[in-house]
Amino acid sequence: MQLTLWTYEGPTHVGAMRIATSMQDVHYVLHAPQGDTYADLLFTMIERRNKRPPVTYTTFQARDLGGDTAGLVIKSLQEAYDRFQPKAMLVGESCTAELIQDQPGSLAEGMDIPVPVVPLELPSYSKKENWAASETFYYLVRNLLAAQAKAPVEKNQSAQPKANILGPTALGFRCRDDIEEIKKLLISLGVEINVVAPEGASVADLQRIPEADFNICLYPEIAQTTCKWLERTFKQPMVKTVPIGIGATLDFIREVGEVANLDVSDALDSEQSRMPWYSRSIDSTYLTGKRVFIFADATHALAAARIAKEELGFDVVGLGTYSREFARDVREAAEQYGIKALITDDYLEVERCVAEAEPELVLGTQMERHIAKRLGVPCAVISSPVHVQDFPASYSPQMGFEGANVIFDTWVHPLMMGLEEHLLTMFRDDFEFHDGTAPSHLGSAAELRTDDSAEATTVNTESVVSWAIDAEKELKKIPFFVRGKAKKNTETYAQQQGIQQISVETLYDAKAHFGR
Amino acid sequence: MTQVMHRMNVESGCNERPILKERGQREVFCGLTGIVWLHRKLQDAFFLVVGSRTCAHLIQSAAGVMIFSEPRFATAILQDRDLAGMADCNEELDRVVNELLERRPDISTLFLVGSCPSEVIKLDLATAAERLSLEQKSRVRVLSYSGSGIETTFTQGEDNCLKAMVPELKPLPDNERSLLVVGTLADVVEDQFQRLFNDLGIDKVQFFPPRRATELPSIGKGTKVLLAQPFLGETARALVARGASLLSAPFPFGVEGTSQWFRAAADAWNINNDRVDSVLAMPAARAERALARYREKLAGKRITFLPDSQLEIPLARFLNRECGMQLCEVGMPHLDKTLLSAELELLPEDVLLSEGQHVEKQLDRVRADKPDMTVCGLGLANPLEAEGFTTKWSIELVFTPVHGFEQAADLAELFARPIGRRSRLAV
Repeated sequence: MQLTLWTYEGPTHVGAMRIATSMQDVHYVLHAPQGDTYADLLFTMIERRNKRPPVTYTTFQARDLGGDTAGLVIKSLQEAYDRFQPKAMLVGESCTAELIQDQPGSLAEGMDIPVPVVPLELPSYSKKENWAASETFYYLVRNLLAAQAKAPVEKNQSAQPKANILGPTALGFRCRDDIEEIKKLLISLGVEINVVAPEGASVADLQRIPEADFNICLYPEIAQTTCKWLERTFKQPMVKTVPIGIGATLDFIREVGEVANLDVSDALDSEQSRMPWYSRSIDSTYLTGKRVFIFADATHALAAARIAKEELGFDVVGLGTYSREFARDVREAAEQYGIKALITDDYLEVERCVAEAEPELVLGTQMERHIAKRLGVPCAVISSPVHVQDFPASYSPQMGFEGANVIFDTWVHPLMMGLEEHLLTMFRDDFEFHDGTAPSHLGSAAELRTDDSAEATTVNTESVVSWAIDAEKELKKIPFFVRGKAKKNTETYAQQQGIQQISVETLYDAKAHFGR
Repeated sequence: MTQVMHRMNVESGCNERPILKERGQREVFCGLTGIVWLHRKLQDAFFLVVGSRTCAHLIQSAAGVMIFSEPRFATAILQDRDLAGMADCNEELDRVVNELLERRPDISTLFLVGSCPSEVIKLDLATAAERLSLEQKSRVRVLSYSGSGIETTFTQGEDNCLKAMVPELKPLPDNERSLLVVGTLADVVEDQFQRLFNDLGIDKVQFFPPRRATELPSIGKGTKVLLAQPFLGETARALVARGASLLSAPFPFGVEGTSQWFRAAADAWNINNDRVDSVLAMPAARAERALARYREKLAGKRITFLPDSQLEIPLARFLNRECGMQLCEVGMPHLDKTLLSAELELLPEDVLLSEGQHVEKQLDRVRADKPDMTVCGLGLANPLEAEGFTTKWSIELVFTPVHGFEQAADLAELFARPIGRRSRLAV
């Protein structure tokens, strides 16, 4: 048993639902008890989809358990086929149905359903949502392309290279707009888009996947398994770079150029984003060395770390993911930043690590947004799990050149503007501008910070050193937003030096020792 | 036409009113969802679901936002090794409970909440709760109940939770009388009710669940139980088994329901009519005034309830009799005819009552009936809006204070708002 307060990922059948819901004409029959229909609201409320997810739940109850739950599966399958006339069906079970072992997949095979029926085996007690979404997409593609896999298909004859974009799904972070941005980018490079899947695709579209020359693995969490199989089976190379950030987008263009044998030098030379200039402009000087803590799915965490370091000049002081399947990639990246990766799905552990790292900006999921709010630290959301506000009405991709603009805005806005920070220092002794007044953009939560957090720090470090009265007075002259850090640094320094009581001199020695 | 057609499948109920019983896909929450409001009411209690990742995800999604960094509920997620017998479930549960209680010394009562998976593997949480209670000595009381979807829908979780507390209630001396109001109410509503009962001359009024799990009411032969929620049948029966008697009344929604509810208590205390009239007259008149502006917007509008919270019948009665709405279909997960007898008498004859759900067939009826408003769960609301139907999401009816005189207009407003919104929008 694992004690869990909040979860980063849902159960496996929700992963399968994301694939079914992404597609136009696939229906999912889910052997599940009453109550599991809650999952519909993820799509209709959080993502504001205007249609119910294409899922039929068998809704068995306690009184059915001694009886014919298998019969219920068969009835539900037949009714769902008759009513919705899908072009393919998925059949699976939720956690409780897994225990009663009706094997809905085998039951479906014994029926006379005239479309492909793909049985799903997604162990609920060991695996999670993203893994299951990836498996479901893989099973579906493999099943629909089974015949073509045996007889090699005719390749694209035209001069223009064709690509599939694989991985965007329902409930994916900014998938809707990323698709548009990447399509636009590929077209500008002279690549024709063959199929985008699973989001928006039909069964017929999936069957056309082999017609492309190569695949773009846009979200590895969802599409990597499928892309690898397509590479083996249809000799379709895979573009692996995820184009989030300027550097990654340029790498992506280069990789597409190599795979598609295209000259992409024009695209590499032209500055298509405002982000590089915004980052170089002097107002951004204040971004230098801002301590940033990153926790997200692997794709977005890795991308964010690179942008933070190379494109905004931050210091990455924390990097982690809940995507255990990609733990190795995240560990390797963290090593480059000189830190240890945090691989966990324990929300409280993430909270502890964020608090310890004392970041000035948190980049995370909706969960980290709450952590940051509690700690009074600015935060931007960069990844699932998502909230209704992560589906903005306006065009807000994360990928490509426009994505880089969006990222600059959404990460920098929660921070103070450069000029604002100077004014803060200038007016810090003003009677109306005291420690109790938080910068307005941080809202009321920030008020919890200031002196309280400094006190809390003392308790946490269980420091044995004391402060001389004049040193304490001097400490109060330091702007409140860095005072906690200064206090902690000074105490650490004093302990290292074996100093029992901190004097004004110790304070400035520590400042000299640690720098800003 | 469709009304006539589906009448043909209707079985006759024992009180002669036909009820359409359906089975199929149910678009309702399971009983675990009750934790969302129960943990807010019982501020010193913790709810530990023993279940799967699905259970944890459900509560998180139903709670909507992750408001508290460390909420007073959690899930002990069963894993492969628990199911394969590699780990002893009881030992694991002890470990998790100890971890939890160490972290939360402020907890006085811990509920172990059963789920679909824990029931299917027959994990005996009642025995585990007894064992853990003993281990904790008197520091923490450990109780258990089932919120599983195979046994409970949505609000039945509260029923099971309250029922689990009934054996813990202290005995009321045989020569004492008390009024026990049962069902989770907002604190502000409780205070209003307390004042009115006192004005009526009923002194000893207790509320169940209480605000703190350590302040449980007492119960005995002199206890009269007045239900504030229509989904507490099991709790009511358990209270009666401990000697209490159950008052029959409509539920305190709207002016009429609230008045009759107070009158039922007043009758049991033999309070004379003049006094009752004079106490209730002012709040009733104020509620009438407040209601008038919403009645204008709602009168003549047709409404369908899809099954959800079990509040459907009392709310339909209120909207029909006090707001002038016409009822197309009133669906509910389960019809408890004993608890709802006073309500059923107030419903018009021609309304289609349905129990259980086959969501596809029911949506076909909605499309055929074209009601002006459909009350439904969150999974269905936006898709129905996109089809052109005005909806009211039912979960709000459970989370918002809607009981009593002062909230009667608020209740009507919840229904008037979506209709008003439609008429405002030009996009």
